[in-house]
Amino acid sequence: MTTRVIEGSQAAAHAVALCKPKVCAMYPITPSTHIPEELSKFVADGKFDTSFIRVESEFAAMSACVGASATGVRAFTATASQGVALMHEVLYAAAGMRLPIVMVVANRALSAPINIWNDHQDTIAERDSGWLQLFCETNQEVVDTIIQAYRIAEDERVLLPVMVNMDGFTLTHTYEKVDIPSQEEVDAFLPEYNPKHAYLDPERPVTQGPFAFPKPYAALRIALNEAVNNSKDVVKEIHDKYAEKFGRRYGNGLIEEYKNDRPISIVAMGSVCGTIKGVVDQRDDVGLLRVRCYRPFPKEEIKKALEGKETVIVFEKNVALGMNSGAMYSEIKDVLYELEKRPKINNVIGGLGGTDVTMQNINNFVDRLKEADGKVELLRGDPNE
Amino acid sequence: MTEEVTTGGVIYEPGNSAKTKTGGWRTFRPNFIHDKCKKCGICVKFCPEGIIEIKEEGAVADMDYCKGCGICVKVCPFQAIEMEVEKK
Repeated sequence: MTTRVIEGSQAAAHAVALCKPKVCAMYPITPSTHIPEELSKFVADGKFDTSFIRVESEFAAMSACVGASATGVRAFTATASQGVALMHEVLYAAAGMRLPIVMVVANRALSAPINIWNDHQDTIAERDSGWLQLFCETNQEVVDTIIQAYRIAEDERVLLPVMVNMDGFTLTHTYEKVDIPSQEEVDAFLPEYNPKHAYLDPERPVTQGPFAFPKPYAALRIALNEAVNNSKDVVKEIHDKYAEKFGRRYGNGLIEEYKNDRPISIVAMGSVCGTIKGVVDQRDDVGLLRVRCYRPFPKEEIKKALEGKETVIVFEKNVALGMNSGAMYSEIKDVLYELEKRPKINNVIGGLGGTDVTMQNINNFVDRLKEADGKVELLRGDPNE
Repeated sequence: MTEEVTTGGVIYEPGNSAKTKTGGWRTFRPNFIHDKCKKCGICVKFCPEGIIEIKEEGAVADMDYCKGCGICVKVCPFQAIEMEVEKK
């Protein structure tokens, strides 16, 4: 292990190289660009042995990853925003074909208007694709989550692609102290990918991604749904194994509770949770429930963590247009519906297009909403709002 | 009956498309009039499914796979093939 002060993207690139993907197919897009930049530098310096494919688009990047993974090797890509949107069709194919690709997404707003800064609209739009989605709070967590992601994806109980979400700029372009594990440590944790279900081999011809008539189609979608649901236990288990070996844990791997024994609970994802923790430290009425694993959605764990609360405030960086709320608000409500005594629940949408979310903002919305129920607020980015 | 599927729908048996009979998609079917057939084989070459054979009696199609496209009718110089509505 070495401790370094590096940029979030560089930290991500170090973690990827330690996982030794045989194929990296990437197309640069802000704010994820430094990841392929750093990886291609490792290749040029002779430190990283991979087929680095400079593709012509994100559609091609994900398609190349599907092809690579279908031959039975580890594949990696990174992208953001419009890049995720351009991959949309292939993301569904990767999940349906049960290919354990890992992708880092530097979360960024979607057009229009065009904007390069952070929010979560890009991957929330892919929530139903069958990809597992893990949201990181810090750059250290990004490093640890990438290494865990390959082991989760390749687990025979899972065999699904995984997105590691890191907030664009807030994490990707921020220098922080990170511990980078050694190659020996990672090798001991993450064995070589050795697929049994799908690999193209001229000696053993198979068809992957075939046409399916209605009944086998339905059966395969049902099997995919089960696989995504069942992956929850594996995400948790591998997080625990990683914590044992490397000494770092993020809640229980699915959710993280911070002083969540108070009457009000803020539910949020990503780097803003660091700011929320700052607010929680200054007050005595509010705690934090951080959702680390967004897909599969850890319903039981969330229900348990929010049971008995007076008020829940879901803070999120996306808008479900036409629903007049964020996507996670509906999902948290779904979970709370099962409780006999339901807490009051409100929604705050903020940080859109990179607008800052200040401690003042958080203090203010907690004060405004602690007695409210069913209120949805959209923040405009004024630091004192 | 529950549909049995493999992880990711992988098909481990190569060359199995012949097992899927596709003739049921047909609305029209070719009727080969062997009295007029000269066994020239033009229909054999043009059939996009590759299912016409020249036999003793003339051109014969494997109706398990014929989709009734009618190309054989168009290319036959002797009007030895006619399309008719498929009766099921």
